[in-house]
Amino acid sequence: MNTILITVISLCAIGVVAAIILYFVAQKFKVEEDPRIDTVESLLPGANCGGCGYPGCRGFSETVVKSENMDGLLCPVGGAATMSAIATALGRNAAASTPKIAVVRCNGSCENRPHTNKYDGAASCAVVHSLYAGETGCSYGCLGCGDCVSVCKFDAIAMSTETGLPVVADENCVACGACVKACPKGIIELRNKGVRNMRIFVSCINKDKGGIARKACSAACIGCGKCFKECSFEAIKIENNLAYIDFTKCKMCRKCVAVCPTGAIHELNFPPRKQVVPTVETKEE
Amino acid sequence: MLATFKIGGVHPPENKLSAKEGIKVLPVPEQVIIPLSQHIGAPATPVVGKGETVKIGQLIAKAEGFVSANVHSSVSGKVVAVDNYIDASGFSKPSITIQVEGKEWEEDIIISSRLECNITYTKDEILKMIADAGIVGMGGATFPTKVKLSPPPGSKAEVLIINGVECEPYLTSDHRVMLEKAEEVIVGVQILMKVLGVNQAIIGIENNKKDAIEKLQAITEKKIGIIVMPLKVKYPQGGEKQLIKAAVGKSVPSGGLPIAVGAVVQNVGTALAVYEAVMKKKPLIERVVTITGKSVKNPGNYLCRIGTPISKLIEAAGGMPDDATKVIGGGPMMGRAMTNIEAPITKGTSGILIMSGKEGIRNEIKTCIRCSKCVSACPMGLEPYLLRTLSENGMLEECEKEKIMDCIECGSCSYTCPACLPLLDYIRLGKGKTGAMIRSRKK
Amino acid sequence: MNTLIISPSPHIHGGDSISKNMYGVLIALIPAFICAVIFFGLGAILVTLTSVVACLIFEYLIQKFLLKQTPTIWDGSAIITGVLLAFNVPSNLPLWIIVVGALVAIGIGKMSYGGLGCNVFNPALVGRVFLLISFPVQMTTWQLPEAFALLPDANTGATPLALLKEAFTSGRPVSELAINYKDLFLGNNAGSLGEISVLAMLLGFAYMLIRKIISWHIPIAIFATIFVFGGILHLIDPTHYITPVFHLMTGGVMLGAIFMATDYVTSPMSHKGMIIFGIGIGVLTVVIRIFGAYPEGMSFAILIMNAFVPLINRYFKPQRF
Repeated sequence: MNTILITVISLCAIGVVAAIILYFVAQKFKVEEDPRIDTVESLLPGANCGGCGYPGCRGFSETVVKSENMDGLLCPVGGAATMSAIATALGRNAAASTPKIAVVRCNGSCENRPHTNKYDGAASCAVVHSLYAGETGCSYGCLGCGDCVSVCKFDAIAMSTETGLPVVADENCVACGACVKACPKGIIELRNKGVRNMRIFVSCINKDKGGIARKACSAACIGCGKCFKECSFEAIKIENNLAYIDFTKCKMCRKCVAVCPTGAIHELNFPPRKQVVPTVETKEE
Repeated sequence: MLATFKIGGVHPPENKLSAKEGIKVLPVPEQVIIPLSQHIGAPATPVVGKGETVKIGQLIAKAEGFVSANVHSSVSGKVVAVDNYIDASGFSKPSITIQVEGKEWEEDIIISSRLECNITYTKDEILKMIADAGIVGMGGATFPTKVKLSPPPGSKAEVLIINGVECEPYLTSDHRVMLEKAEEVIVGVQILMKVLGVNQAIIGIENNKKDAIEKLQAITEKKIGIIVMPLKVKYPQGGEKQLIKAAVGKSVPSGGLPIAVGAVVQNVGTALAVYEAVMKKKPLIERVVTITGKSVKNPGNYLCRIGTPISKLIEAAGGMPDDATKVIGGGPMMGRAMTNIEAPITKGTSGILIMSGKEGIRNEIKTCIRCSKCVSACPMGLEPYLLRTLSENGMLEECEKEKIMDCIECGSCSYTCPACLPLLDYIRLGKGKTGAMIRSRKK
Repeated sequence: MNTLIISPSPHIHGGDSISKNMYGVLIALIPAFICAVIFFGLGAILVTLTSVVACLIFEYLIQKFLLKQTPTIWDGSAIITGVLLAFNVPSNLPLWIIVVGALVAIGIGKMSYGGLGCNVFNPALVGRVFLLISFPVQMTTWQLPEAFALLPDANTGATPLALLKEAFTSGRPVSELAINYKDLFLGNNAGSLGEISVLAMLLGFAYMLIRKIISWHIPIAIFATIFVFGGILHLIDPTHYITPVFHLMTGGVMLGAIFMATDYVTSPMSHKGMIIFGIGIGVLTVVIRIFGAYPEGMSFAILIMNAFVPLINRYFKPQRF
């Protein structure tokens, strides 16, 4: 009995002494921190994805609190909603930003783009890219090792077993841009999410001359310029044998999709063609 | 006890199948593709246009900037395209395509094979001739020779080391050059010594090339200052830092150049090219290439014109074996696998190795058991297992601290790994990224 | 022409593999096993067999059902764990205890860290120490050796180290102990079944060095440290402290230094680190043997130094070029 008592008392005594010491040490070495940083951090998603370009959500919060206005600061995960919440908390005005989404600009499926050799090495796009052009005749297209998939923290991108290309899951993608950075070929781009996720884009970044591009991949952009001529909004430009649709100018008329001879221009999430209603166009900003 | 470097190293089976095959001349093809970037540094700028006729040895592209090299036509004929071609790794690269017509040489080139050994030129004249001839390091690194022969101000070369090591398995082109062009190589060495102003040259040769050692020793007996040094057979002795350690026992500091210890290293192939450029006025338009492989019918060594499609060389050696799975430009340890055998032979192509069947396929990857064999094998005293993990996870700052930039990409770690891990794949990637990070920091 | 394969260099491999190394270690353990069978008879075979089979089964079950991996039981590492565990227990140990030991060794010592290559502590030693603490009586009831008897008499006795400890604690001068070095060398003494013969251990060591399975650094560092440290103590007071040669030849020093401390996964990566690791083990072994409660210190010393390996790897880098 005595032993138990002594043990309990001595342990308690040690605890009390330690607590007192800790209290004074904490007082002595207290670091004054802006309490607003905590407030901002609590509003952030807490994924620590680094998509904003700062070291984690804490780093972002510090920057937000320190900065005078919130220009150029965006949590890509939380999006406009989070930013306006932060702005309200700090008593500032949030800049409006359009929601974005990652878009894979390659359509070189096994069918469209036959393999010309076989890669046997570390399964990483970055390693392949530093070694050579890739398993197909196209030196611009997707390498298929899934570096974008492994960096995605939101389970929003996956390799399709059918085509061997990454597919973005619209509902999961928060446009943090991690896959854009990870892709050594620069295939993935952040584009406007569009009304009801409707998007039009050139699904190819091959800058080779038409003939070479076509030989490597049947779905390649050959830079023929038909889409450029068709577009009445000056949204399409052709550089280095490659068409690019500027999503800020595109009015989603889908005329370019119809004229593309190789099917390189893709439309996503549109209603079937015949039911096209002009209201869709007017809605888009 | 033969000299060698101290840390790490491996000894892969030598497989020098073509060591006994004399150098044969590969017939000039109907068309050559001459890349404008056959060297490290900026690509050369073309000085001929489509439709122009060129002679053998004519300048067709001029060096662009300090680290660059001239490119000459290796055939006479008509330029049919100044355009891109698909190189051995599948990327488009600028090149000049020439349709062969006739056999007309540039006037001042001396075609006779008579040995010229009277060096009458001054240092600057020689340097200019080397630069004009577009000579680059022939061992595979293709660093412009003129740059290497101009030590930065404040540093002085004390010794010239000639790399006749050829530590890569299979390759025999340097070996044959040393045997068949021994006199020329020695004159080349003397020219290099004159340019550098050194009075000592060491020719390092691995002891598996006894005939070459004897031949060169016989010639250099009377020549003052040139020593032929047999070295223990160990890979990667051909690495610059390893060779300097083996030959003169000095260690080049981390991040430093060989000149930091007063040494300049040149390949025997380069010495021959220097001889031809200076004594024969002949630019670098051809080189000896080994074509080898266990299933190749007639492995051999061929004198090829730069720009000859690799497929022609394979044909000359008996054609592509039926079970070929891999074609490698260079040796099996550091060479690059090729996707396109129509790509041309360039200044840096020391050999073409064809692997067949399972030989060309990597073993199944297991998990790291931390056996530390990679650490023992690394000739730079690095920790490949650690660097691999760090670079796979993108921890570049740590990579830099662990001296990833010292890696010479020799492949000894991947070669030894009992778990068959692709150590070098990731280290090379990390090295590239770390290098970019360091460069961006300096800006 | 086939589709060409593209891979980064190097394009050749030395042909070394994990299983080659593991089975190499097993071959090196054969002399010790033969010695055990000669001196302990059927018991040695039974204990070893049970241990190996149990380790294989546990590894298979854990990999298949808990970790959902493809079982890799034939890579040889589980067999080594089984053999080493058996070699570290008395030959008359009840078989159910060895099964428990195997479960701890494989389950806690190895698989809880993620399997081969990830564990911090030597699995066989984790199992052994667990048994030593949980079943102290069974684990220290030593079968007396009886050469070439298939079923030796159930005579039990003390190991040379236990005798030493007893002498030390009771204050009798250790110099009075009768030491038969020939028996120690050949293995004719009580002890764990694999550790008795110095000769068998050295044969295994030579084999592994020739095959380049291990480097010399760790075992030699351990031997040298024990010899020097034990020697200093012996010189200070020969009546109190026994000769260092006795330390080297008894207990698990040979088995531990050659086969357990050199375990790839749980030993340092650089040669410098290996030597530090070996010195640490040597010092700790002597300290535990002489000043600690247990007569034998090798297992604890190795486990303690295992914990320092990450630190050693961090601060003792290989010699850079």
